[in-house]
Amino acid sequence: MKGNEPGNVEATAISLKDEDVPMPRQEPHERVKNFSEVALGYTEEMALKEAARCLRCKNPQCRKGCPVDVPIPEFIECILQGEYAEGIALVKSKNALPAICGRVCPQEQQCQMKCVKGKKGDPVNIGRLERFLADWERDNEGYWPEAPAPTGKRVAVIGAGPAGLTAAADLVRSGHSVTLFEALHVGGGVLSYGIPEFRLPKEIVQREIDYVRRLGVEIKLGYLIGRIKTIPELLGQGYDAIFIGSGAGLPQWTGCPGENLGGIYSANEFLIRVNLMKAYAFPEQDTPIRVGKHLVVIGGGNVAIDCARISMRLGATVCLNYRRSRNELPARREEIENAEEEGLACKFLSAPVEFYGDEKGWVKSMRCTCMELTEPDEKGRQGVQPIPCSDFEIPVDTVIIAIGQTPNPIIQRTTEGLMTNPRNGTIVVDAEGRTNLEGVYAGGDIATGAATVISAMGAGKRAARSIHRYLMETPRGERTSTGN
Amino acid sequence: MTFRILSKRQLAYKKTLFEVEAPDVAAKALPGQFLIVIAREGGERVPLTICEYDRQKGTVSFAFHEVGKTTKELGTLNEGDRLFNVTGPLGNPSNISRFGRVLCVGGSIMIAPILLQAKALKAEGNHVTTVLGCRGDEFLFMKEEASAVSDEVHVASDDGTAGTKGLDFLEELVSSERFDRCVVMGPVDMMKRVSEITRPYGIPTFVTLTPIMIDGMGMCGVCRVTVGGKMMFGCVDGPEFDGHQTNFDELIMRQRTMLPEERLSSILWETNGGCKCERK
Repeated sequence: MKGNEPGNVEATAISLKDEDVPMPRQEPHERVKNFSEVALGYTEEMALKEAARCLRCKNPQCRKGCPVDVPIPEFIECILQGEYAEGIALVKSKNALPAICGRVCPQEQQCQMKCVKGKKGDPVNIGRLERFLADWERDNEGYWPEAPAPTGKRVAVIGAGPAGLTAAADLVRSGHSVTLFEALHVGGGVLSYGIPEFRLPKEIVQREIDYVRRLGVEIKLGYLIGRIKTIPELLGQGYDAIFIGSGAGLPQWTGCPGENLGGIYSANEFLIRVNLMKAYAFPEQDTPIRVGKHLVVIGGGNVAIDCARISMRLGATVCLNYRRSRNELPARREEIENAEEEGLACKFLSAPVEFYGDEKGWVKSMRCTCMELTEPDEKGRQGVQPIPCSDFEIPVDTVIIAIGQTPNPIIQRTTEGLMTNPRNGTIVVDAEGRTNLEGVYAGGDIATGAATVISAMGAGKRAARSIHRYLMETPRGERTSTGN
Repeated sequence: MTFRILSKRQLAYKKTLFEVEAPDVAAKALPGQFLIVIAREGGERVPLTICEYDRQKGTVSFAFHEVGKTTKELGTLNEGDRLFNVTGPLGNPSNISRFGRVLCVGGSIMIAPILLQAKALKAEGNHVTTVLGCRGDEFLFMKEEASAVSDEVHVASDDGTAGTKGLDFLEELVSSERFDRCVVMGPVDMMKRVSEITRPYGIPTFVTLTPIMIDGMGMCGVCRVTVGGKMMFGCVDGPEFDGHQTNFDELIMRQRTMLPEERLSSILWETNGGCKCERK
């Protein structure tokens, strides 16, 4: 009799389709009113159930999809055995920031995309399991690596974002003395200023930074390298190698007339105010933010979605304005769905043309044009072009421009001879993260342009390996002579 | 770094100069650059122009006018207190070369940093004429210091209680004497006015812009200004720009965008008894 109830029919269907264990989340109508974390994390029971879905493949593909080579099947096995301490030790042997990666990595395009289970149903939720272990560690005795033998070499790491933190952690664990220079007054880079609290609580970022500090990395905050010290000066002051992980922090603009009106923010300004300076708590916090009633976010990446979701939490009605169609949205599917549940409206195939202001210089409306996708080129990529005479005007009182970031030019401008890409200002590196200058390495967004947290971590890892080899193989005297 | 306040000097009513321990910043500081100061943890990031540095002592100085919450709060700090963070030196240094005859104009709180420029320009062998602008006599400071680093000093005030009234005399000055360069630091309307005065005479004029900033290192873009029709960032492209090319009206408008919030913050701070000096 009970079997005829619709609820049970659905439950059977779920088990047949081999669906994953869903992530408990705050309800949309609740979460849109607060800045607390949306995804609440697996309980122990959920984690065990999800871990049990792993097929323990003889030739695991998942690990191949991980940019930092986390031993995925092994840590899942640890969860199944209830050996959480060993599980987190395995993760941390490759990844110094698991609580962060478990939350913000695009697993669906990496490890989970390779998972065999994904061919017929949902892949194993590797990210959620990684997060489970990292969060377990927070409440329990953590993993602590053995102290390495000191090598006597000194390395300067520039930028305490994902690339820099990863490189610093790996280098200090190889026995080098590491100083991490961060320009802002808080470490974490994009993890602190960019990704909002409700996706990545700042307390978790701080904990991961503290872990790197306790490994022995000296972190100097408020040091803008290029100004307070230059790369050649650091090399002259006893650093044997340098890793530049200064990110892509410079905002891009539309170039439309009226872009300097009040109420028009770059995504960076908006995010720095809200995430780093905690303007959502103004006036208890000193830095203000102003959002009006009708807010438009221009762009379609993860940064655009983050800005939109913050704006809704600050009380605005938000429309995302993206020049391509829904299928081309570069943001993570999961985040787009979260945002739409929270009330985000989307206007696709639309691009700004001009912004108009009121007598006080505050934006009051914007003119847009409709766009259309063009025939795919030989690479199969569709272009986009404006449709003639299709302009329309909409009232707005706040605009956030989230169309990308480029590398900050300060280090490039103050390091003579450092080879950069004239097209986008990135630092040119080889596969191991070497720049054209001896002993100087770079990785993450500064070398690739804006990308993901995990790809920056992967670059930090590769560079750390390469720096270690360089420091251990090259005799000091020889290095100095070639350096001169 | 500790960022201890080594000395506090009252320049004029609600205008204060701090000398702060920051050896790494002092080692690289140059005229024209600025600092981002955070008074306490959780506080705002405030851009303030460098007024002096002492590489031996390892100190940098900055001056501020108590107008908003953060500057009022800074004003309550004393010698021996520590600032949460001082980041710098930021921005591009000014061009300090031998130009010939240079006119340095400093207004209000920016009198303090213009004298650092004047001193450096004088040391390069320039003939330096310094103009100090203020609202009135009670707001004038560093007149003696100005005389020490300049060949000529003029004082002008809005109400005429100090020196000449208004900036009209500048027209006469630039029409009767030759100047090879003019540097201006002060309120935006003053920098605009001086740039207009020097324009007909073709005197290269450089203004130090102080737009709203947050990070001060190129990230937020809130300090964008239009110079020569192009978008520039005050922090990484400036803070010094060609005064004849600067869109001052847009800058004035952009400086006012957060005014209601700034006022609210300031009022709340005062009503919550933040201003210790007046509660004694």
